[in-house]
Amino acid sequence: MQVHKYDVVIVGAGGAGMRAAIESGQRARTAVLTKLYPTRSHTGAAQGGMCAALANVEEDNWEWHTFDTIKGGDYLVDQDAAEVMAKEAIDAVLDLEKMGLPFNRTPEGRIDQRRFGGHTRDHGKAPVRRACYAADRTGHMILQTLYQNCVKHNVEFYNEYYVLDLLTVEEDAVREDGTPYKQKRVAGVVSYDLASGELHVFQAKSVVFASGGAGKVFKTTSNAHTLTGDGMGIAFRRGIPLEDMEFFQFHPTGLAGLGILLSEAARGEGAILRNSEGERFMERYAPTIKDLAPRDIVARSMANEVREGRGCGPNKDYVLLDLTHLEPAHIDAKLPDITEFARTYLGVEPYTEPVPVFPTAHYAMGGIPTNISTEVLQDNDTIVPGLYAAGEVACVSVHGSNRLGTNSLLDINVFGKRAGIAAAEYAKTADFVELPEAPEAYALDLLNHVRTSDGGERVAAIRKELQDTMDANMQVFRTAETLNQVLTDIAALEERYQRITVQDKGKRFNLDLLEAVELGFLLELAKVMTVAALHREESRGGHFREDFPERDDEKFMKHSMAYKDEHAPADGSAEAIAGIRLGTKPVVFTRYEPMVRKY
Amino acid sequence: MSAELAEPASKIELPAHIGGGGEIPTFNITLRVRRYNPEVSEEAAWEDHQLTMYGTDRVLDALHKIKWEIDGSLSFRRSCAHGVCGSDAMRINGRNRLACKTLLKDLDTSKPITVEPIKGLPVEKDLIVDMEPFFQSFREVMPFLINKGHEPTKERLQSVEDRERFDDTTKCILCAACTSSCPVFWTDGQYFGPAAIVNAHRFIFDSRDDAGDMRLEILNDKEGVWRCRTTFNCSEACPRGIQVTQAIAEVKQAILARKI
Repeated sequence: MQVHKYDVVIVGAGGAGMRAAIESGQRARTAVLTKLYPTRSHTGAAQGGMCAALANVEEDNWEWHTFDTIKGGDYLVDQDAAEVMAKEAIDAVLDLEKMGLPFNRTPEGRIDQRRFGGHTRDHGKAPVRRACYAADRTGHMILQTLYQNCVKHNVEFYNEYYVLDLLTVEEDAVREDGTPYKQKRVAGVVSYDLASGELHVFQAKSVVFASGGAGKVFKTTSNAHTLTGDGMGIAFRRGIPLEDMEFFQFHPTGLAGLGILLSEAARGEGAILRNSEGERFMERYAPTIKDLAPRDIVARSMANEVREGRGCGPNKDYVLLDLTHLEPAHIDAKLPDITEFARTYLGVEPYTEPVPVFPTAHYAMGGIPTNISTEVLQDNDTIVPGLYAAGEVACVSVHGSNRLGTNSLLDINVFGKRAGIAAAEYAKTADFVELPEAPEAYALDLLNHVRTSDGGERVAAIRKELQDTMDANMQVFRTAETLNQVLTDIAALEERYQRITVQDKGKRFNLDLLEAVELGFLLELAKVMTVAALHREESRGGHFREDFPERDDEKFMKHSMAYKDEHAPADGSAEAIAGIRLGTKPVVFTRYEPMVRKY
Repeated sequence: MSAELAEPASKIELPAHIGGGGEIPTFNITLRVRRYNPEVSEEAAWEDHQLTMYGTDRVLDALHKIKWEIDGSLSFRRSCAHGVCGSDAMRINGRNRLACKTLLKDLDTSKPITVEPIKGLPVEKDLIVDMEPFFQSFREVMPFLINKGHEPTKERLQSVEDRERFDDTTKCILCAACTSSCPVFWTDGQYFGPAAIVNAHRFIFDSRDDAGDMRLEILNDKEGVWRCRTTFNCSEACPRGIQVTQAIAEVKQAILARKI
């Protein structure tokens, strides 16, 4: 086992991780650990754009962007965080342009902007052109540009190093009011080198989690195979709470049956949704902005059309995205990749035929709680010195209960940058925390258990059953009954997980072992999501309870906080699933009072 | 800027066939995979699997079926599974492609479908190759914007035409399908290879960049663009449809026009 020593270790090399690395790498000795190669990260799959109130093509300002973000998140957004993001969005876009990002341009040569769901002029009056974009591969261009700039600044990468554990120590501390508590401090991380099968310990003053989302808890998802929630899972196992995990975004336009994303930019450019009767049904659900309503509303409307028998296809289980009224030249210029997806994977020609689509699991609004300085919280009020998180793995919370399109590319840039600066600045004055004894012990145990277990259960079979039940019971529509079904199913799957067998017993690129470890995180996170969903007896943003269809601000205008707690009693109530303790955290309000969310 | 569009009709008549695809057919294939694991044997060998697959399945689905249901030790890289991350470039029926973008029904399923690692890079295990030499060449062409002027407070201006000039080469996902399809690269691993040149092209022809001459100097090296023999393998291999050979030709012309 090797031990490395860095001021800052960044876990994950997508947009947030590399944006952090560009800042941190110029200020402190920094290593970036990724289980992939940096350019494989899922930031590259983002398509439509990155919003910032540049006002290049029409009147706009960051206050409107703040409001849209808060309303889009159904008022569960921390308003101080949304202000930071909308305000710093402008510099975030300009930073990328200066780094070389090839944005599409206006005839005057400025960064072009287009419409996107939920982004409006003057507090909801009409759609506004706010999304800066590079065709329909904006995420690809951001990922490439950030990687290029990491190369420029000689950022040190450890590629295909899979982080398995976060090393912390706990010290006795006393709060201002005199109550004692255990203060966590960061010591480093433990990672597994996929090429050699060796464990490497990284001692670090600061650790930044930027490891992305957990979409693979669902079957139909736009997420990569590798998005298994490792960062959230590692933090959770080490006593860090997870915030707002019940809120998962289903993107309206996944290719039917496949889940591959077709950007909202299609609707931003004028495409519309139709049901089996050829009706533009969004006119009924969101009379003002119609097909450009936020994603949760569009996804629910689509699912409702299908449920009421107006779905298309042999099984009447999808609706249609209609681009046929758009000029082919316009489609080619603005949406080349996604129309290619329709051709390649479904054999549909979008110039002349509408494309079959259905909601696809897309984005975790919840994650590791942080403050606006990206410092990770171990409870509502206490930060963990030296530990930071940014991007989808984190919950700041700028997305509340529903993220607006383009705000994720913005989030990774704004808060990735903040995390990189904060982690490096902290490392300048902090000392290394001494590594715990046998720092690799937990990771080694985990690997040995997975490697030697021989009960004959297959990882892929358990994962498939988990994804099936999540799609059937934890998707766009939820009830106590469906959620309890998920928990029953997960309990059985966890028991089977104890008896898995991996067939590959080698050390070299043992991806069989990797998938088994990932499944452990998926099961744990799916449970957290479902428990939080069961507890939230209201409907808000991406979380819709048919048994509680209204938003209930009195009882639920607060974040959920899920803690791993072996002592949590399992008394059969929603609040007490064995091993998970649920708490709440107040929402931060600055100037926007909650209103009924209509579009 | 987007053209203002007339509002589309609230309701249209859909042709009866729309969306009515009927049952998805299944079919049988033989997937012949090149296996290699130096922990077990120094020899690589072909291994056949008979599989029943569905109409929309891709080569990646077939590989997953083997890994998840038959033999967990089969090793290959993959991530996004829809052709944008560049993890799963491999040689399929002798041609470099992305496994996630190659539909089985588009291949000749009457014969075994061969899958082997991309060529010219050291094989680590099964379909996994060492990508480090590939990324080393990429890094050597200075693949980042270099601008010597003062930073403007707002964005740098760039005309639509200037932006369009290098659009094609911005699509590169660094999958190595082009470089590892190049016969020159197979015999001379020192050659920069098409992908590195594509990424140099992306900056050389960016009106905002000031280091084109330096990159042209680098590519004028004996392991640079002049090694290209215009076999077009790279253009055919590119899963993003980049006109790779044309990009290399444009770099060659730029070297001649500026220097010689």
